[in-house]
Amino acid sequence: MQLTFSKQHGINSAIVIIAIWFIWFASGHFDEYTVRILNNIAIFIILAASYNLINGVTGQFSLEPNGFVAIGAYVTALLLVSPDAKMYQYAIVDPYPFVLTLHANFFTALILGGIFSAFLAFCLSLPVFRVRGDYLAIVTLGFGFIIKILAINNPEVTNGSLGLNDIPEFSNLYWTGGIAIIAVIVILNIVNSKFGRAMKAVRDDEDAAIAMGVNTFKAKTLAFCTSAFFEGIGGGLLAALLTSISPDLFDFFFTFQLLIIIVLGGLGSTTGAIIGTVLVVGGSEWMRFLDEPITLFGHTTAAMPGMRMVVFSLALIFIMLFAREGIMGKRELKELFKSRKKGGK
Amino acid sequence: MILKIDNVTKNFGGVTAINETSFGVSPKEIFGLIGPNGAGKTTMFNIITGNYEPTLGEVYFHNESLTGLKPHQIVRKGIARTFQNIRLFSSMSVLENVLIGFDFQARYGFLESILRFPRFIGEEKRIKARSMEILDYFDIAGFAHDKAVDLSYGQQRKVEIARALATNPDLLLLDEPAAGMNPFETEELGEIIKKARDDFDLTVLLIEHDMKFVNQLCDKVLVLDYGKTIFEGKPSDAIKDQEVISAYLGDFHND
Repeated sequence: MQLTFSKQHGINSAIVIIAIWFIWFASGHFDEYTVRILNNIAIFIILAASYNLINGVTGQFSLEPNGFVAIGAYVTALLLVSPDAKMYQYAIVDPYPFVLTLHANFFTALILGGIFSAFLAFCLSLPVFRVRGDYLAIVTLGFGFIIKILAINNPEVTNGSLGLNDIPEFSNLYWTGGIAIIAVIVILNIVNSKFGRAMKAVRDDEDAAIAMGVNTFKAKTLAFCTSAFFEGIGGGLLAALLTSISPDLFDFFFTFQLLIIIVLGGLGSTTGAIIGTVLVVGGSEWMRFLDEPITLFGHTTAAMPGMRMVVFSLALIFIMLFAREGIMGKRELKELFKSRKKGGK
Repeated sequence: MILKIDNVTKNFGGVTAINETSFGVSPKEIFGLIGPNGAGKTTMFNIITGNYEPTLGEVYFHNESLTGLKPHQIVRKGIARTFQNIRLFSSMSVLENVLIGFDFQARYGFLESILRFPRFIGEEKRIKARSMEILDYFDIAGFAHDKAVDLSYGQQRKVEIARALATNPDLLLLDEPAAGMNPFETEELGEIIKKARDDFDLTVLLIEHDMKFVNQLCDKVLVLDYGKTIFEGKPSDAIKDQEVISAYLGDFHND
């Protein structure tokens, strides 16, 4: 028991070191386009792993990411854009004076975006988790729409549908990859503690969890707020990567994409969330060649825009047909090795 | 009296599930709650555990009223339960199932678990060791790392009782523990409950239909019928009581 524990530690450390080395190597050697995709993958790993905490681990069906990502992105953007840039950007109405004075460094801006999202998540959880059922999905769906409408209709703060531009491009692979590693470690540490066990107990059988003395309201609220915190930070990183944000970016499709990622990877598995992100975000980039003219056995077909999505959807259907619970199911990487060993015996 | 039910009535709309029932359970007693289907036994359990609020009357545990406490708070006061149809956490191992019982007894905070502080590691080690002890007591330590739902029915029942004992209760509520078991398993279960009562300083309140099991195990029984108490006393007297017999088999004379 003691031995396997330290062995597990060794494997985990090795994975982290390889990941850090990869980030360093990729930033120095890969071309700009590849680094861009890797940045996207890193941000989506943060979002998928944290979304999986509430949706997969705690089993509370929620549709919140676009709302919290939008909040994180706007908070970070407002803190990063320089007052001069703000002055000429606000074309619809003049901004409130306090908007011009907001300023912080990148790290503080990200953390504040996360904290603001987590605080709003806490406010939402007070009424929602008092009752059981799929209310969370309805409330969070509405929340996403409300955030988008607020962003459009408060041009004094958000510059309305024009969005915010000229956000300094602080995000690079060190920031996105580094925070992705930290987020995954933090989430795995939560899952492998009494808090994570309580969350899983709520998912498996809420009545039985209560009968074990678990405060299910607390477990659900912790999962939801942690999830919102990292989604806020992910939103901030996204804003500083894209350098311009607008309310349209954060519509329901954003949440939908994350939902595909975590269902594909396996609801409840953080490893699955990472694999799902690489497949969906990376795979859909890789499949871009399908949209262009293809030469097969000497014949050249015409360009078929949209072919990529057809193949992507087919791949999704086949994966879900053959792996009902997603690629990883509820298992993590280490459990996969364990079950293999057993099978070999 | 460790548990006192004081004149409890529970109405569901127009249906009276429990009607002015009072009884008390003494420390270290094995107390049987019996009666035909629909007599209000499980409703009584749900009132004690705080899942239902009684329409009238009160429940006292250690002479303290349980009114207004949430179910998880009542568990923390020392009342644990098992379910009629076994409800283990299906995605978790046997060990994890028992560890959930230690959820509120592990003393470390959220940040401590994220940063893996020494206190987190120490507490996790402590509750894992305690869990293994309990599993060992029930002879299922060998299955600790197997999925709980992969075990046999009798073993799953043991896991459920082990899990309930992990919450460190004074009073254990068992809802039809022998249901679905073969005679051999039933007898073994009776022995386990008796032994656990002595080793864990438990008071046991159980619902059961198997009268042989009740007779062998219980110190005292209370018979409910349509929410009313019709008998209280020794199990051997209960099966001779005319009113109890007619409640179970139907009364042909009054038809």
